Amino acid sequence: MNGISRRHFIKTTGTAGVALWLGISAKGSTRKVSNVATAKNFNPLILVESNGNITIFNTKPEMGQGTFQSMPAMIAEEFEVSLDQITIKNTSGEKEFGDRQRAGGSSSIRTTYNDMRKIGAAAKTVFITAAAAKWQVDESTCYAEDGKVIHQPSNKSLSYGELVEEASKIELPKEPRLKDPKDFKILGKVSKRPDIPLKTTGKAVFGIDVIVPDMLYATIERCPVLGGTLKSFNADDALKVAGVQKVVEAERIVGKHHFTGVAVIADSYWNALQGRKKLKIEWDTKGHESFNSKEYENNLRKLASQEGIIDKNIGAIDTIKVSSQNTIEAFYETPMIAHHTLEPMNCIAHVQGDKAEIWTSTQVPSTIVGGGVNDVPKLAGFAPENVKLHSMFIGGGFGRRLYPDYVIEALNVAKQTDKPVKVIWSREDTTTQGPFRPMTFSQLSGSFSDDGKLVAFKHKVISPSYQESVRKDFEKTKVDGTMVEGIAEQDYEIPHMKTSYVRADYHVPVAAWRSVTSSTLAFAHECFIDELAVKAGKDPFDFRMELLSKPSDTKRVFQKLRELSGWDEPLPKNKGRGVAQWKFFAGQCAQVVEVSYDPAQKTVKIDKVTAVIDLGEVVNPDNVKNQTEGAVVMALTAAIKPGITFKDGKVIESNFYDNPVLRMNEMPVVNVHILAEGGKIKGVGEPGLPPFAPALANAIFAATGKRIRKMPFDLKIS
Amino acid sequence: MITVTVNGQRHDIDADPNMPLLWAIRDILGLTGTKYGCGAAQCGACTVHLNGESIRSCCTKLSRAAGQQIVTIEGLSANNNHPLQLAWNEMNVPQCGYCQSGQLMSAAVLLRENPNPTDQDIDDAMSGNICRCGTYQRIRAAIHRAAELAKEGAKS
Ligand code: FES
Ligand code: FES
Repeated sequence: MNGISRRHFIKTTGTAGVALWLGISAKGSTRKVSNVATAKNFNPLILVESNGNITIFNTKPEMGQGTFQSMPAMIAEEFEVSLDQITIKNTSGEKEFGDRQRAGGSSSIRTTYNDMRKIGAAAKTVFITAAAAKWQVDESTCYAEDGKVIHQPSNKSLSYGELVEEASKIELPKEPRLKDPKDFKILGKVSKRPDIPLKTTGKAVFGIDVIVPDMLYATIERCPVLGGTLKSFNADDALKVAGVQKVVEAERIVGKHHFTGVAVIADSYWNALQGRKKLKIEWDTKGHESFNSKEYENNLRKLASQEGIIDKNIGAIDTIKVSSQNTIEAFYETPMIAHHTLEPMNCIAHVQGDKAEIWTSTQVPSTIVGGGVNDVPKLAGFAPENVKLHSMFIGGGFGRRLYPDYVIEALNVAKQTDKPVKVIWSREDTTTQGPFRPMTFSQLSGSFSDDGKLVAFKHKVISPSYQESVRKDFEKTKVDGTMVEGIAEQDYEIPHMKTSYVRADYHVPVAAWRSVTSSTLAFAHECFIDELAVKAGKDPFDFRMELLSKPSDTKRVFQKLRELSGWDEPLPKNKGRGVAQWKFFAGQCAQVVEVSYDPAQKTVKIDKVTAVIDLGEVVNPDNVKNQTEGAVVMALTAAIKPGITFKDGKVIESNFYDNPVLRMNEMPVVNVHILAEGGKIKGVGEPGLPPFAPALANAIFAATGKRIRKMPFDLKIS
Repeated sequence: MITVTVNGQRHDIDADPNMPLLWAIRDILGLTGTKYGCGAAQCGACTVHLNGESIRSCCTKLSRAAGQQIVTIEGLSANNNHPLQLAWNEMNVPQCGYCQSGQLMSAAVLLRENPNPTDQDIDDAMSGNICRCGTYQRIRAAIHRAAELAKEGAKS
């Protein structure tokens, strides 16, 4: 947004009387509009009504990352209202709220911080001007606080609600003055998320909780061999199950992949499940029925011998002379994994003629009403203006809900009944049907000069391609930037560097998973840096600091981390510390993990994790800590728990008993420190993940001498 | 017809007696605070109390609840003021919140049976409840805090 605010004045017929909408326009020109719903180029964010109600709209779906509080907080701070004075409304992709109603890439705050403050400040200025005009006093003698304008000399005051009519006549300033951060009352302070009380009483309504009158339920049998197609089915027995009403085909589209399943529609979810068990389906699995992970991984290892496509070539790595004694090489491997949002995929769709109404938990409301590579109306055959969405609280996103495949599928079911239908994926469906985080394998080499300086570093990634899975028109001769993400961005000063990519064909849909490819590449990269430190005979922290001679964010973060983690305090025998960091599109975090090794049991225990996250600006510090603690948990799960594997074309794992996630008894102590020292604003949700696995593996090396090069790894040391 | 008392209120439910209690609570009674996460007694999102004991409602037949007392998250307290709820709010425990009904219902039984739980007691009682967002550290701290609040409450 290039951030010009404008106002809009409408009379409403409700009890609210007069209402004033304040918002942002994309182009910056101001103009009056007669109806907010049809106004083009105007994205309202604040609604003030003459009855005193103030509403702030949150355009970033809430999935636990805290946008329900943090987005309004940025506006409220400058607007001088407290969060308990306002109503917060999540938007649902409505055109008037703009096309950026999506949450992903840890971007909600980092991409809107200045604009949100600006609109809040502009709105405040308008109300102050309005009050001063009404009182016929100098504006400079007035100030705003708690949703009121106060005339300082007389102490008289008017609430924003009382000033709506006046305020609507005043132009919004283009460059309003922002508050001095030292006067902040909300931003950077301990502040409560208003969704928390809803989440301790069961009142928060997630997509799966919505009840629409007359609603039916559906469950879908999909081909257990991914890539298989539907040949035929017989629903006779299924239709005999009490409550089962209809059995229909339903297509799911995820990226370039199209799958057709068989949906059982019934009067209750339980009855639908009973019907599903009675389906007789013939699948055509040709070409995929012998696919298995072991063979595929062997293939990736073989592909490592290919040159690949060059992503970055810095310096003169192909011509510099380094000796083989001064060079080390290593190969790292990571698994494919599932997102396992605790709320499984689900969607209610109601199709009436050419119109569709949808209730769901999604990270991408704007995509569901039309736009982007996964344009739902286009893929499901609706005109975008005929699609109405209700975007609900999300029971876990982690990237999975960036993909609206489950919405398209529900629409395709709903087209075949005139009632609203709630499609619920079982945990088994969610575990076996993808999309999954792809595995990446990394081949690394590093060379020192004769005088012991790290001069050359190569990182080759071998993996399926994310972009290829998503886009039909993906250009295979080009490097998929997502798959080498972050590698060339690290601040380490290495004169000669090469990043390359070898793409492997894959028929399994793959997806962004919280912190995307950084979640696997950082493991290889930062463990290998440790191997180089060992080769150089240096302390891993010293080695890294020597690669950071110039001022940089990484250096600053490391300095803080070294102090807070007690890195330089000696450890008793059988204890070890590991350090790692990662800088990528979402932000930056560095961690030290401390472990104890029990030689009798041959087990490693994580004693504590110290994390430093670099943000530039911080909106809700306690929530940042919660997010980073959670990022460590998710990264630990990915590091030590089994991934998703295939045999005979099918995913072997099915539920939490064979695809476990971390539990309470495995929780390490996590201490999070936030750096908010100005500068570039960085994201919160993802940066805590990438550094954890390498820091843990490096700590295990320090404590046991065992170098881990493959995820998942066991805390039992063999 | 199966008669079940949920949060003190009697309901006559006309459904397959084999239907898991979870779906009866959510889809028939409309109490959606109790969640589905796995359907296999693995995640604890569906935890409710049956005659005061924690059960996984996804793996409990509706018939098992006939004539019994069920309490769901909606009935844990009148006003979001169970010591655990107070502590959860004070310590900003939830992230997405999806697991938290189940976490609170499991913790409520722990705290009733054991007003001073140790970390080990918490591990033992809470390891059946998955939080994919990873709020375990806060859940642990909040249970300790709730134990304090309960004692303060008892004194005053
Ligand atoms: S839904 Fe019952 S334990 Fe997971
Ligand atoms: S808060 Fe999201 S699963 Fe626990």
